[in-house]
Formats: sequence, structure tokens, C-alpha cells
Amino acid sequence: MYQYDTYDQAMVDARVAEYSDQVARRIGGTLTEDQFKPLRLKNGLYLQLHAYMLRVAVPYGTLNSRQMRMLGDIADKYDRGYGHFTTRQNIQYNWIKLEESPAILADLATVGMHAIQTSGNCIRNTTADHFAGAAADEIADPRPYAELLRQWSTFHPEFDYLPRKFKVAIIGSEIDRAAMKLHDIGIQVVRNDAGETGLRFYVGGGMGRTPMIAPVIRDFLPPLQMISYLEACLRVYNAHGRRDNKYKARIKILVHEIGADAYRQQVEEEFAHILTLNLEPPPAELERIKAQFVDPGFDPAAADSIDLSDPDFALWVDQNVHAHKAPGYAIVTISLKPVGGIPGDATADQIRLMADLARDHSFDELRVSHAQNIVLPHVKKTDLYAIWQRLDAADLATANLDLISDIIACPGLDYCSLANARSIPVAQKIAQRFADIGRQRELGELKLKISGCINACGHHHAGHIGILGVDRKGLENYQLLFGGSEGADTSLGSIIGPGFSEDGIVDAIEKATDLYLAQRLTDERFIDTYRRIGTAPFKEAIYG
Amino acid sequence: MADTLIRLRDDAASTAPVVPFAELPFADGAADTNAIAVRLAPGDDVRALLLLLDRLELVEVAFPAYTDGRGYTSARFLRECGYTGELRAVGDVLIDQISHYHRCGFDAFLPNQPITRAAVDKAIATWPEVYQRTVDGRTPIWALRHG
Repeated sequence: MYQYDTYDQAMVDARVAEYSDQVARRIGGTLTEDQFKPLRLKNGLYLQLHAYMLRVAVPYGTLNSRQMRMLGDIADKYDRGYGHFTTRQNIQYNWIKLEESPAILADLATVGMHAIQTSGNCIRNTTADHFAGAAADEIADPRPYAELLRQWSTFHPEFDYLPRKFKVAIIGSEIDRAAMKLHDIGIQVVRNDAGETGLRFYVGGGMGRTPMIAPVIRDFLPPLQMISYLEACLRVYNAHGRRDNKYKARIKILVHEIGADAYRQQVEEEFAHILTLNLEPPPAELERIKAQFVDPGFDPAAADSIDLSDPDFALWVDQNVHAHKAPGYAIVTISLKPVGGIPGDATADQIRLMADLARDHSFDELRVSHAQNIVLPHVKKTDLYAIWQRLDAADLATANLDLISDIIACPGLDYCSLANARSIPVAQKIAQRFADIGRQRELGELKLKISGCINACGHHHAGHIGILGVDRKGLENYQLLFGGSEGADTSLGSIIGPGFSEDGIVDAIEKATDLYLAQRLTDERFIDTYRRIGTAPFKEAIYG
Repeated sequence: MADTLIRLRDDAASTAPVVPFAELPFADGAADTNAIAVRLAPGDDVRALLLLLDRLELVEVAFPAYTDGRGYTSARFLRECGYTGELRAVGDVLIDQISHYHRCGFDAFLPNQPITRAAVDKAIATWPEVYQRTVDGRTPIWALRHG
């Protein structure tokens, strides 16, 4: 994976110095809170309900064992012994003191990490397929492009005060594991009929209060024009995105209001101008980065079979282990969704254990998935049993990947100052209702996503089952959506009817899954049955 | 207000009256004006100024709120198109944004709240190197890496 050189390190060190000075001016009173707020946000520091929250960037979700260990140590040293992995492949700490935040950034900088642009109306941390570089179905590893994009977007002087935040996701497979079409820009590495590699640009997707699936704005771009094309896309948005209403300020609204064709036309005009300016890093720079993402030294003699005689282990392998491109290797997903737990949370000890496992068994590499789980991308099949045993001893071996209890949930009203309702207790109650793993496996793939407000950090629009917490006359109320999806078959869920109380929503979901079991055809997932039979039977089962 | 103006240029400041962009008589792809100093508001179409480019000696770019970043694009675009006159950021111009202004081509600042020349120089020196090629003449890191 990518290693900082002296230039990258100097930039991060300069940021620590700048931010430390800003905090000192705030504490000393020469910066007002209004002036300080956007500065701290550009370093990922939010003021939440109970304390400051710090969001640390994990660029394209990839990190090494030293970095992961540092995340655990920070949880112990500055927080309450745990951290929360997010749907943006980052980690958040919920109990941070302002005066300690510069020291945290200084600690992070020692392992090449930071909190740069993890908030604010700027280009946020780029996300990517969490199986990048390991997936059996990959055309090309998207991370070299993501790293090129990281550097370009870091402290970009023109795009630091955009109309609204800006999120880019990159994938290199036909299967979309990064919800790419639900980002401001989604980039897919593709191959054309001539066998050449190119980039397909989707622009104007998003969730939030106005969910939209991004249209294709450029079908095939030569990879060595990516930065120039991004400059054009962002410039058109910066100049013309709405600033009169923060709820209409995302690029999806601009693309929707003027139309994809008009937006494309404006981008092409700007692109033609920008190509004359030589803003693009040379081919050698992409090659330099690519060289740091070459395959680790896979053992060609690695045994390609697994001893599945332990039934609990076999269950976990079946559910949480994916095919790897190299024979004898597998991709392990560590579920951070134990029944009764908080989705995405891990203790400092668990974080350090995962770091050790990566060091010993996964070529020193980990990934954070947007589904709030941790991935060991390159594991020898013969090591799986030993890994599973260590995970099991640390309560990290829940075999529920992509099942109903593998819930995505935002922090909700337990932490977040924007939330209208709590998400965590709802996730816990649903997981408890469906705790029996046999029952979960009978239900099959079922992606359930919970947001505690309309901003949709819990991706409820993209859940096979989505839950949106709202405030109804001072009471927490939960709306139920069906039919969302985030993969190649991206679709947006629809609200099925009147909302429910916290207990009522759990009952409603059980009625829906009962109906699914009664109605499904062979091999149909919940989402497939819903798409085939439509809303009416579900409404009847739930409200009838 | 003149005493709060900070200029990073050696030439004399323009004394010409500053005409708001909205009052410039553009018609049929031409501008019927002798203006040599213009003020752009957020949302004004900077492209129209290309008609006047070889004549202008001062362009003021207004920042009614520092959070409105349209002026960065206007400024950088003018420099990309060859404008060499003074480019002045006016309004809610704060020290923490100065390095960005400078990288986008601004070479003069007229902030609502006075800031010192020393603070401006320090702000511009914030970053040891830069990742992007813009219009400030700095060599981006990718070019340094590959000589």
C-alpha cells in the first residue's frame, strides 16, 4: 500500500502546526467560535451533543497494522477506550477534548494519518471498494487513482469553500461494493472494446434528503486526464451550484436542475480549457503510485483448501470469507455487528488485535468497509482457522456478513447533534429479535440500514430494508422503506406507510420477513421478492 | 479603507473608478465601456471579462462571506486566461484563507477587519510544498518528484 514520502509527511506535519496554532488562537480568544468552526471542521472536529467528535481519515479505507494500532491507542489515550468505524470508511472518536485535539493529530501524523477534510464544504476523503486489490472480479485496482485524487484534493485552494461537501468513490470491478452511484462523483475503472483502461464518471448522485442515482457524465476518460476532468467537474459545480439553500446545494441538485446533458456540456467546455494548462501529473507519477499497490508476495504453493470440520468455523467461513484473486488466499471480513452491540464500534483492544492479525496474516493490510466492518484482504486459507479462533476469543467472529443483523447505523441521537431519533437502540433490538443465526441465514442476504435523521448517514435509502428516524411531535418515530440497493442494481427505497414506535418497527420488519419467506421463489433474496411482488402485499401484511 | 489594503505588487495602485460588473454594458459579445477597474460579485460570469482582459488594471473580487468560494474560481480563471493586473480580494477576507487566495492568483487584499502584512506573509508560507499546479507559479509535488 501507499507509503508517504518526505513531501507527503511534510504536508501532514504542516497541517498539525497550522491546526495547533488555530486551536491556540481559539482558546486564547482571538478566534471567535464562528471563525473557528469551519477551521476545526476541516480537521474533522465536530461539536456534538455531549463532547467534541473527531473524525480521522482512512484514505480509501486502506491502512496498515501500525496505523490500526495507533487508532486503538488513541481510543485509550484520548477517548473512552473505543472508536466507531463509519460508512465513509473512516473512524470517529466521540469523547474528545478540544485542547487535546492537536496532540491527537500529532500522534496520527507519526503513522502518516490525519483528519484533513473529513468535514466541511470541501472534497472529502475518497472512498473505494474495500476489496480493492484482492477481489477475484477486479479489472484494475482503483486505489492508485484514489491516491492520486487524495493528493490533488488535499488543500486544493479553489475547492475549499464549495457550495456543500463533496464525496468521491472509486471502484475497479463490475460489482459495485462502494455505493459508487450514490456519491457526488463515482468513478469506475473500465475497459473498452480495444482493451484499453479508462475511467467512467458518474456525477450527481447522493443520499440525504433528496436521494439521487448519478447519471453517467463521461463514459470513458483516459486515466491520465483524471485530474483535469475532476478540475472541470468541480469548477462548474463551484461556480454554479446553488448557495441560496443548503439543502439544495449538493451537486446532485445542480445536475438535476440543469440536466445531465447541460452539465456535461459545461464540463466539456471547461475541460477543453483546462487541458491547455498542464495540470495533470505525469504518467510517471501514476506509475510511482501504482508500484506501491502491486500484489504482495503471494505464496504460489499456498494450499487451496480449508479444513471445515469445526461447524462454527465452517459457518463463519461460509458467511464472512470471500473469494480472492490468488489461489490459496481468501478475503476475511470481520463483523463489527455482534448481536446487542453498536454497529461499527470496536474497543481499543479489539482494534489492536485486528492490527496484529493484519501484521501476522494479511501482509500488514486492513480495510474499513462502508458497511462498518473491517477486512483482512489477503489471508492464506490455511491461516483462517487460527484467525477465527483469535477473533472468536475477542467477540469478533460474528458470522453475519450481509445478513439482517449486519446493520448499518449512524450514531443517531445518542451522539449526533443533527439527529431526530436514536439509531443504535433500534439496531440492537432488531439484531436481538433475529439473533438466531440459523434464522438469519434462512432469510439470506438482507441489507438493513438505519439513519437517525434525513441526512441519511446510515444509508437508509439504499437498504433492502431502510429505517429513517424522525421526530413526530416530540416523539421518536421510525419510517420504514423497502427496495433500496447500492450495488450494480442501485435503487432507492420507498416509504411504505405510516411510521412506527421503536418496538413497532421491529414487529413490522418481522411481518415483512415472514411474508418474504412465504412468498419467495427459489434463490430469491428479500429485495428480489419485493421487486417482483411489489409494495401492496407488504403493506397488507404490516398494516392490514 | 485604503489603510487596510495589502498589496503584494510593486506597481502603483489603480486610481481608476471601480465599475461593478453588473453595470458594464455587455451586448452582442462586446463591451461598450472604457472601464479599467471592475468589481465582480459572486455569481457574475467571469468569462465576460475576457473581452476586456488586455485593458483591465484592477479586478476586485467581492467576498460578502468567506464561506462563498465562487471568487476563487473567478480569480484563478482570470489568471489562467492571462490577466496580469491587480486581483484584489475584498470583504470577508480572513487570515486563514489567505494562502488559498494567493494560490488562486490574488495579489491584493482589502479585508473588512484589518490584518497585518506580517500575518499575510506567514499565511502564504503555511505549506512547504503544494500538491496542485495553479496560477501562483509554484512547482507541484508531483513535478518535484519527477524532476
